[in-house]
Amino acid sequence: MTTERPNVIEVKNLVKKFGNFVANDHLTFEVKQGEIFGFLGANGAGKTTAIKILCGLQSPTSGEIKVAGYDVYHQTNLIKRNIGYMSQKFSLYEDLTVSQNFEFYGGIYGLSRKQIKERTKYFLEKLELTGAANKILKEIPLGWKQKLAFSVAILHHPKIVFLDEPTGGVDPVTRRQFWEMIYEAANEGITVFVTTHYMDEAEYCERVSIMVDGRIEALDTPAMLKQKYGANSMNEVFIRLARAQSAEQ
Amino acid sequence: MRTILYILQKEFRQIFREKAMLVIILVIPMVQLLILSFTATFEIKNTNIAILDHDHYVESRNLINKFSGSPFFTISSFYDSYDEGVEALKSGKTHQLLIIQPHFERDLQRDGTGKVMIITDAINGSAASIMSAYAHAILIDFNKQILVEHFPNLSLSDPIQITVSNWYNPRLDYITYMVPGILVLLVTIIGMFLSGMNVVKEKELGTIEQINVTPIIKYQFIIGKLLPFWIIAMFEFSFGLFLAHFVFGVPMLGSLALQLGTVSVYLVVVLSFGLFVSTLTDTMQQAMFISWFFMVIFILMSGLFTPIESMPDWAQTVNKINPISYFIQINRMIMLKGSVFSDFTRQFYSLVVYAALMLGLSVWRYRKVA
Amino acid sequence: MKGFIIKEFLHIFRDLRTMLILFGMPVVQVLLFGFAITNEINHASIAILDQAKDETSMKITDKILSSGYFDLNAVLTHPDQIEAAFGKGEIKEVIVFEPGFGRKLEKEGKANLQIITDASDPNTANLLFNYTAGIVRDYSREMMENKKPPMQISIESTMMYNPELKGVFMFVPGTITILLMLVSAMMTSISIAREKELGTMEVLLVSPLKPFQIIVGKVLPYILLSFTNAVVILVLAFTVFGMPINGSLILLLLQSILFIVMALSMGIFISTVSQTQQQAMLLSMFVLMLPTILLSGFIFPIENMPLPLQILSNIMPSKWFIIIVKSIMIKGLGIGYVWKETLILVGMTLFFVGLSVKKFNIRLG
Repeated sequence: MTTERPNVIEVKNLVKKFGNFVANDHLTFEVKQGEIFGFLGANGAGKTTAIKILCGLQSPTSGEIKVAGYDVYHQTNLIKRNIGYMSQKFSLYEDLTVSQNFEFYGGIYGLSRKQIKERTKYFLEKLELTGAANKILKEIPLGWKQKLAFSVAILHHPKIVFLDEPTGGVDPVTRRQFWEMIYEAANEGITVFVTTHYMDEAEYCERVSIMVDGRIEALDTPAMLKQKYGANSMNEVFIRLARAQSAEQ
Repeated sequence: MRTILYILQKEFRQIFREKAMLVIILVIPMVQLLILSFTATFEIKNTNIAILDHDHYVESRNLINKFSGSPFFTISSFYDSYDEGVEALKSGKTHQLLIIQPHFERDLQRDGTGKVMIITDAINGSAASIMSAYAHAILIDFNKQILVEHFPNLSLSDPIQITVSNWYNPRLDYITYMVPGILVLLVTIIGMFLSGMNVVKEKELGTIEQINVTPIIKYQFIIGKLLPFWIIAMFEFSFGLFLAHFVFGVPMLGSLALQLGTVSVYLVVVLSFGLFVSTLTDTMQQAMFISWFFMVIFILMSGLFTPIESMPDWAQTVNKINPISYFIQINRMIMLKGSVFSDFTRQFYSLVVYAALMLGLSVWRYRKVA
Repeated sequence: MKGFIIKEFLHIFRDLRTMLILFGMPVVQVLLFGFAITNEINHASIAILDQAKDETSMKITDKILSSGYFDLNAVLTHPDQIEAAFGKGEIKEVIVFEPGFGRKLEKEGKANLQIITDASDPNTANLLFNYTAGIVRDYSREMMENKKPPMQISIESTMMYNPELKGVFMFVPGTITILLMLVSAMMTSISIAREKELGTMEVLLVSPLKPFQIIVGKVLPYILLSFTNAVVILVLAFTVFGMPINGSLILLLLQSILFIVMALSMGIFISTVSQTQQQAMLLSMFVLMLPTILLSGFIFPIENMPLPLQILSNIMPSKWFIIIVKSIMIKGLGIGYVWKETLILVGMTLFFVGLSVKKFNIRLG
């Protein structure tokens, strides 16, 4: 069923070294358009490094990598026009109002004034935050801020949105709502590339890859992975993989 | 271009959001200009002198009257013993001590020489030499006076008559000298700190990461970061000029356009210096300390307070990389002497080269990489 | 509490760059300023317009140029050139001998010498004029040597504490003061404002630590740092600049600690009134830097200022500390002479601590 969709991320043998330390060890994977791709791994497994390379923030040591059809070595600016990004650290401007944040990022991505207005209205209505449009971000609760940050990340309707631990520190109800927003974005054709360490969230992904010590140890749909490792939940899959790794050492 | 406008709009919104910052940026510097300009004088207007009269005769009393009549001296007290006088110097109650030796009048009339002693607190060396010169002048004057009384026929005038003309500032009014300099200082502090803190603030709060994944191009970002502060500093400088002219009566002999032209180049130096510092640092605290380090050096060596000519050669060489020094020179030349462009081409081109260099360095250092 | 202090220390010491800034920069600055900042005149550029070119005018010129205060920058030939000479800004003084200077002096016993200064810098102009006039008067006194007046007051002049009139006596105490003030007050104000801004202050406030303990923990490392700085600067002053320490070293060190604590409490106060690091920084910069340089007697003697500013200078802690340092180091005085200044500093410390604690409690309540 997924075969007819084109690849929007193609990674072949991605290697990133910092001195002698290998952060990414020959990563190879593809992500298809409109897919929700889970990128899992323990802290320090190399997830953030890989994301930074895919977003054009760092250059890889070697490997063939294409994002949204563009090469990460020479076409980073074209990549940036076609992606959205939301980091684990909340990064909208706390001293600007909600609509000013929308206006700023919309402007930077080249949206027209009219588009900015329309899209801001659309997202605020969807989040039921219309009344808070002129509030400074500081005064808004964390859960809402995360949803706003996600809205800003897809404001310009990018091909791919990268979410780096988007639900860290958020209550379960808000996390559910957040995932509903992710599904909606995927339905609109936006590819979602998400890292998380909540294993229950991994179940929501179409496919997940699990990184251990810089390598991708497993990559498949959650159902197939559970079957393969004879586990009841993704959590168990993860623990088995991590154990296998430490047994090897 | 549109992108730059959006960055500018965002920066201005952030600046004007904090009311406290507005006060700090716009009000405090102007208040300082108004107050601090009055402090910077080496002119000695009044010296406290204590008197120790061991003679107590007519001439010694006449001499004391001469001192008390002088506008430069205030007699702080009279003492009877040397120890008391030295004590007053120690405790800072007086800065000078005039000792009239015993038999002053008798010796003067009998031997032709009367003895006095002046002790000056010389911790501030240059002030001491001026205080001492004033006291000498009064004594020499007094000497002439008694000569005229006793020997009316004697010719006393100095053969070489010295006249002095103080050009550009005949009344030696130091306010007109300090105001242009202090104004430069204030806009420099504002400019360097605002631009220096700005980028590093985005780093520290994490917002820079979001900017880095957007398609903003380097030069757009740098312009977006510099221009708001350039505008604020230009406004501040113009307002300060207005105050200088209408409150302090500082003349504006040269061309205003020329002055605004040079300040616009100078601000590029200052702002990109700050930006460069913030690309080198990770926290505002570090950025602040590095800017502060250069700022204090630049200020104290700028020639604003102490003359550059007095510095040793190596220090004058160090001053070649001091933008404040160049601009204070230009600013004073234009305002106070009406100098034209050809008078300060060297300083001006130094600033241009400096601006290009600092801007280049900060563009080079600012990588859109995490 | 102990763990908290250790955390603060680690915070500062872990970062090599901060350490370099905190220790390296004051040293560099003291060295730079100690040597470079002086208001003595030497090698001022002058021009000479000698319209007489006779033996006397040349002798006087020689005498002026060999004094070491002046460097001959240009020889002018016509009065019209004076304006252009000043225009470039290098030449600070022009000495003009009238035509027939020596002849007039010999025949009429009178000749005119004109000194033109670039008074756009009135301070330097005044000094230059006094130096030049002094040299010329010396010359005429030598000339009149044979005609000693029948009655003369002999003046014995003593320059107490600083017979060679060295500039460092003035500038080293000032430099110590400004460095201690800025390092201590700025560092604390920013480090506390930073915790506020990053939200980590709230974590501390909800911990079982009392506000007082938090402040002490924040401030203790800086006391140590600043004190080390003070000692380094004093050693430099003594070894490199030959500043005497005539009074008690222990008293001097104790006073330095007092001043540091004062500056720190000022820093705490600044941090309680500012919301962000940037505010704290600019506030410390403006409230502390220029006033510390200008209103403390560091460079410009306070007695020369207009009366309102003399009164204003009393609220500058640096003014009192400079008096203390000069009294102890140079005059060699004991606590008996500086108890008043010491009490003022203690009072200021208590004032700022009190205000900050009050602010702190309000925020908690």
